[in-house]
Amino acid sequence: MSLEQELLVRPLTARVNLEAPMDIAAYEASGGYLAVRNAIRDLQPADVQAKVKDSNLRGRGGAGFPTGIKWGLVPMGPDAGTKYLVCNADEMEPNTFKDRLLMEGVPHQLIEGMLVAGYAIQATTGYIFLRGEYVKSAERLNAALAEARAAGLLGKNILGSGWSFELSVHTGAGRYICGEETALINSLEGRRANPRAKPPFPQIAGAWGRPTVVNNVESLSNLPHIINNGAEWFKGLSQGKSKDGGTKLYGCSGRVKRGGIYELPIGTSAREIIEEHAGGMRDGYTLKCWLPGGASTDFLMPEHLDLPMDFDSISKAGSRMGTGLIMAVDQTANMVSLVRNLEEFFARESCGWCTPCRDGLPWSVKMLIALEEGRGRMEDIEQLTKLTKALGPGRTFCAHAPGAMEPLQSALKFFRAEFEAGVAPAGTADADANIGLTGVVVNAKVA
Amino acid sequence: MATIHVDGKQYDVDGADNLLQACLNLGLDIPYFCWHPALGSVGACRQCAVKSFRDENDKMGRIVMSCMTPASNGTYISIDDEEAKAFRATIVEFLMTNHPHDCPVCEEGGHCHLQDMTVMTQHHSRSYRFTKRTHLNQDLGPFIGHEMNRCISCYRCVRYYKDYAGGTDLGVYGSAANVYFGRAEEGTLESEFSGNLTEVCPTGVFTDKTHSERYTRKWDMQYAPSICASCSVGCNVSPGERYGEIRRVENRYHGELNGYFLCDRGRFGYGYTNLKDRPRHPLIDGATVTSDVALGAARGMINGASKVIAIGSPRASVEANYALRTMVGAASFYDGHATQEGELVKLALQIVRDGPVPATTITAMEDADAVLVLGEDITATAPRMALAVRQAARGKGRALADEKKVSDWQAISLADLLQRDSYPVFVASVDSTRLDDIAHATVRAAPEDLARLGFAVANLLDASSPAVAGLDEATAAQAKAIADALAAAKKPLIISGTGAGSTAVMQAAANIAWALKAKNDATGLALTLPEANSYGLAMLEPQPLADALEALASGAADTLVVLENDLYRRAPKAVVDAALAKVKSLIVIDHTATDATARAQVVLPAATVFEGDGTVVNYEGRAQRHFQVYDPKYYDASLAQVESWRWLAVLEAASGWKILDDITGACATAVSGLAGIVDAAPGAAFRIDGLKIAREPHRYSGRTAMRANQAVSEIRQPVDPDTPLSFSMEGYNGVGGLDRPAALMPYAWAPGWNSPQSWNKFQQEIGGHLRGGDPGKLLFAGGATQAYFTDVPAAFTPSGSGSGFRVLPLHLHFGGDELSSRAEPIRERASTAFVAIARADVARAGVNGHATVSVDGELVQLPTFISDTLPAGTVGLPAGFAGVPFVAYGVDATVSGG
Amino acid sequence: MSTPETVVKLAELTGKTQEAPFVLTDDERHEIEHEIAHYPDARAASIGALKIIQARRGWVPDGALEPVAKMLGIGAAELEGVATFYSLIYRKPVGRHVVKVCDSITCFMVGYEDIKKTLEQHLGITHGQTTADGRFTMLPICCIGACDKGPALMVDDDLHHDLTPDNVVGIVEAYK
Repeated sequence: MSLEQELLVRPLTARVNLEAPMDIAAYEASGGYLAVRNAIRDLQPADVQAKVKDSNLRGRGGAGFPTGIKWGLVPMGPDAGTKYLVCNADEMEPNTFKDRLLMEGVPHQLIEGMLVAGYAIQATTGYIFLRGEYVKSAERLNAALAEARAAGLLGKNILGSGWSFELSVHTGAGRYICGEETALINSLEGRRANPRAKPPFPQIAGAWGRPTVVNNVESLSNLPHIINNGAEWFKGLSQGKSKDGGTKLYGCSGRVKRGGIYELPIGTSAREIIEEHAGGMRDGYTLKCWLPGGASTDFLMPEHLDLPMDFDSISKAGSRMGTGLIMAVDQTANMVSLVRNLEEFFARESCGWCTPCRDGLPWSVKMLIALEEGRGRMEDIEQLTKLTKALGPGRTFCAHAPGAMEPLQSALKFFRAEFEAGVAPAGTADADANIGLTGVVVNAKVA
Repeated sequence: MATIHVDGKQYDVDGADNLLQACLNLGLDIPYFCWHPALGSVGACRQCAVKSFRDENDKMGRIVMSCMTPASNGTYISIDDEEAKAFRATIVEFLMTNHPHDCPVCEEGGHCHLQDMTVMTQHHSRSYRFTKRTHLNQDLGPFIGHEMNRCISCYRCVRYYKDYAGGTDLGVYGSAANVYFGRAEEGTLESEFSGNLTEVCPTGVFTDKTHSERYTRKWDMQYAPSICASCSVGCNVSPGERYGEIRRVENRYHGELNGYFLCDRGRFGYGYTNLKDRPRHPLIDGATVTSDVALGAARGMINGASKVIAIGSPRASVEANYALRTMVGAASFYDGHATQEGELVKLALQIVRDGPVPATTITAMEDADAVLVLGEDITATAPRMALAVRQAARGKGRALADEKKVSDWQAISLADLLQRDSYPVFVASVDSTRLDDIAHATVRAAPEDLARLGFAVANLLDASSPAVAGLDEATAAQAKAIADALAAAKKPLIISGTGAGSTAVMQAAANIAWALKAKNDATGLALTLPEANSYGLAMLEPQPLADALEALASGAADTLVVLENDLYRRAPKAVVDAALAKVKSLIVIDHTATDATARAQVVLPAATVFEGDGTVVNYEGRAQRHFQVYDPKYYDASLAQVESWRWLAVLEAASGWKILDDITGACATAVSGLAGIVDAAPGAAFRIDGLKIAREPHRYSGRTAMRANQAVSEIRQPVDPDTPLSFSMEGYNGVGGLDRPAALMPYAWAPGWNSPQSWNKFQQEIGGHLRGGDPGKLLFAGGATQAYFTDVPAAFTPSGSGSGFRVLPLHLHFGGDELSSRAEPIRERASTAFVAIARADVARAGVNGHATVSVDGELVQLPTFISDTLPAGTVGLPAGFAGVPFVAYGVDATVSGG
Repeated sequence: MSTPETVVKLAELTGKTQEAPFVLTDDERHEIEHEIAHYPDARAASIGALKIIQARRGWVPDGALEPVAKMLGIGAAELEGVATFYSLIYRKPVGRHVVKVCDSITCFMVGYEDIKKTLEQHLGITHGQTTADGRFTMLPICCIGACDKGPALMVDDDLHHDLTPDNVVGIVEAYK
């Protein structure tokens, strides 16, 4: 297949080159920046918004909210003033490694996507909120930004359109919660990354009180292709496997033969991803269960493998597609340990704002440690079950703790026996009062 | 208005409120932590969960946080829903996973919101069985104790301290379950409003350190409705007493004045009343005598005098001053203010009482959208106003929120929208102030130049007010910016006062307010005064103090009665010495040992504000009654301190005054401007259900043993003939339909609500006026349009050479106030005395670390403080500080090195 | 009249000796100013500024808070609140090299604990500790996006993956 053809089938990754990503010349030679040039020349911002809305592109950060509808709340018109476009590149969801591929492999595509989005909402400034550990991504994005600026694609009066747009990379300093869009905005402003109250939504009052749109790297990277090839083409990419359109960066990790990222039609089944693209389980390992898309999704069982991997189908099965990067759990894994690790992660990454998340998660970890070490009690299992409710949606300030409860509740549902195995026999001393949190805090100077 | 349905009942509520507020307004209890009436909603603690239903047919419902949900029309909620109740109990259980359960040794115990809410949610046994996280505590200075292990991370402290009070040195650190609230480094909290942390904190993290040393549970103290004596705002306070000592001062809510908050001077400055060396027995020539002997001696002196004159006091009650005036006659009754200060107070009275713009309440100040502070450092001279002006500045957040259709209680969104923006505040003063951080512009100038700026602003607002000749370009531009902002405002506010010592400054402020008022009826004005009862004294129309000192020095009068006044704080030492040297008989009635009591032949021990009843008049002209907290004689029958007016009533036997109502009534009748003081609070005959109101909570314990060291039989409780309050736990302490007048509430308590949050139960609406009306009686009926003041002063010209400097009084929050500066924690917090000198003048003065300052012949040596803000040609002396000479306004000093 | 300021300056005047104050280098100052220029409000450069200090000094010393906060127009307590929130800002000294071991779910499932144990034995420290020679500090880190090649770790800014107990010692030993 020629690159041109490939771009029509797997638009996001066709140009990816991790060794030496395309410079601007190569990128433009392959049709890069045409979308933004054409859009600025031929389309009104409202037209761009309409195209994206028609494509039904759903946010690839994990929540699946339609991008066009998200934009639709942004105040438009000549008096709308300063507006911000922020790329959420704070990829920190455990078992997620897709945005990194796009940023390191084809940085210009993201920049072009941001130009399209920025033009559509008439943003004045853009930031790529990049997690601090992605050093190579930062280098490559900054190099690409410099090229784009030199080419007149960034800055004042872009391509003579009268529209001005500055774009820069903002690197973070850790903390998973920065991926939550309002926490991200606080972090961008140089504050503690506590989520903000909604409403008002960021599109109305976000960064520095101004209208702000936060979109994921993968979502933004789709935009040039939607502009180039149209909404109908985009919808067709799913090949009828889903009512959603487009491709999706799926991935697979765990004890599989060929872990990695695969750009496939959205709605491809988990079985196809694991068995064909990842080559199936390694020899001697069988699939016990799987996480469909990150730490904050419910475990699914082998019987769910034939479900199309799209937002609605996985949701119906009681989980969430999330980032769409599957973690295959093999038969050697102890579910109590896995869940303990997950809850330890969520407890450590809680921002500390609301009570259930801040104080409930560490409690869950301590009970899980007790069960893991065979020092648990039956009441612990009951209490863990209670926590899955008390830390559920609506009970907490943001989605962090509800996300944390997803793997816990599903593990309790599917693997209760493993939890019960951790209950100390009646009459044995469980000496469990001294379980502290194992997470390490080195930064908080004040003890 | 909106109709909401709560557990099947229909209620009309204010649809602009959130559900938590709305329900609390209705008297329905929902537990909460992070929400606070003054701080808004942030949704952090998740304690106020209720079940919300789509409509009357929805049986499923969903859990919502009532503080984050608007009380919109047609809302269906349930507080009693089992799932909601279980969730609320779970939240307390979560908080308890780290809370140490140390209530028996915790100073918050008994007035702890966390205790109250725990009981309310009925969480009583925990299943958590693991270790608790622990923290190290910090030494936060002399006022605030710190015990972080008790923290429930409601974030109220930082939201109050940083966002509300503008403090910069308290923060939240760390994340997850390891969040820590404190200073970046151990050390004294810098805000002058730090004490409110003790009431804002819902548990025992921040407690009153001054209380620690003499700790008593809330239910074991005796209280009275009292008025803070440390400035002219007249914040309502609730002092608590046990064993004859004041042990703590807490805020007493007032819907138009202090609201929920006090300043640190007012809260922590009570220690002077507990000082061992205070006069508590009558003295003749320094020797203790009985009251009868002392009274006899005083009578003899007065009867044997050729001429008796008396000097009143702005820190004594109206009744005390009136009794003194009655005794010596109005012509022989002299002002207790320094002479010039007395003139300034008279001018203030004229502006506020007789002018078209009455004084703005503290609460109304918070709604101002442009503020000019002219000549004052209000954080020092009227601190509670400074806190209100901070809210005015932040008020722009509400306006921005309104534009975006965001409710004003959405505290997070308001802050996000506001960012660093604010409504304009201008601070024009002689030196930097503690409000400069929120000022859009500051002006530093000598009083004459501040006045000129003010006159220029007024002239821009109304050309018929006098113009300022020879105004320099920079000042003209400043005046223009200020005038434009004030003219554009919906609710402009002008604050000035006696602090700069300049009649011209106050006149300029009046001109501005009056010019604005002609165009905008919502214009506000406030003038700060030197002391708590400056107006009460001024309305008795005393003669100038200088005349008294002159009459004494010249021998025209030979006997002097001084009421609660240290004359050495009111006139140059040499002048006072010269006057007192001629006095045949000096009688001083005071509660505090001063240089004046040291020279008196007869000292009659007065009650402090905590020990006596009386009426004071604040900056608004609001007469407020303070009530005796306890009777010292109950603990020690030999103690003789009583209200000054009582001494005077006995001395002036012909008056026939027996109880407070007699003298208050006599004063109200005799002095027309003070007619309203009888209505400051109900009189002694007032009863509720036939009962007096109890000063002690009904759980007050140990009374029978209290005097067991003296006698095992319990003596009768003291009788209070003067007021409707009883010295006992017996009496009315209920809440509900037949409520006591707010002026008679000794402390905050309602069933199930032991913490200061119980004030919510006594308000017409949450955070609003008290039921039965906010305490006090406004004496000023509203004035009329006045002619503009026309005396624009000439510009200040610094002397360019030599050692002469204009002395400017610098007001500091701590250390300058006569009474509070005697309290140990305040002394620890106050800076040492100093002389401030402009950097440009250092060479001319030849100072080097220390300077010798000579004012009116008095020489003192002081460390120098080099100021980058003080106008050239001036030096600043901290007003009222020990070791700093009295400074008359406009006086020059000579300053030299070492 | 600003009381605390008065007290401080009086202390200076009376000759009270003070510790040598932290001074921002010109480089640091310029870089922070450059960072600030990207944003409508200087405080947005908080994290960037702390990282600039850390890049040169290994950590953020106490004394840095005040001058950096001043550049950002916020209080030191506010900046400390930010510094202590984020896991990659170090408010305690760390070793010359920081070994950040991914402990997120995928790496955990495929051998994180063995890698951690090997490192602990080899370096004689555990998470949050620094070797006596000041060479290494060990910390856990959230998923670093190498899940398909786990277990993974970072030494300073370098990513290493496909770790085994056999190869991990050699990897860290390359950092002197």
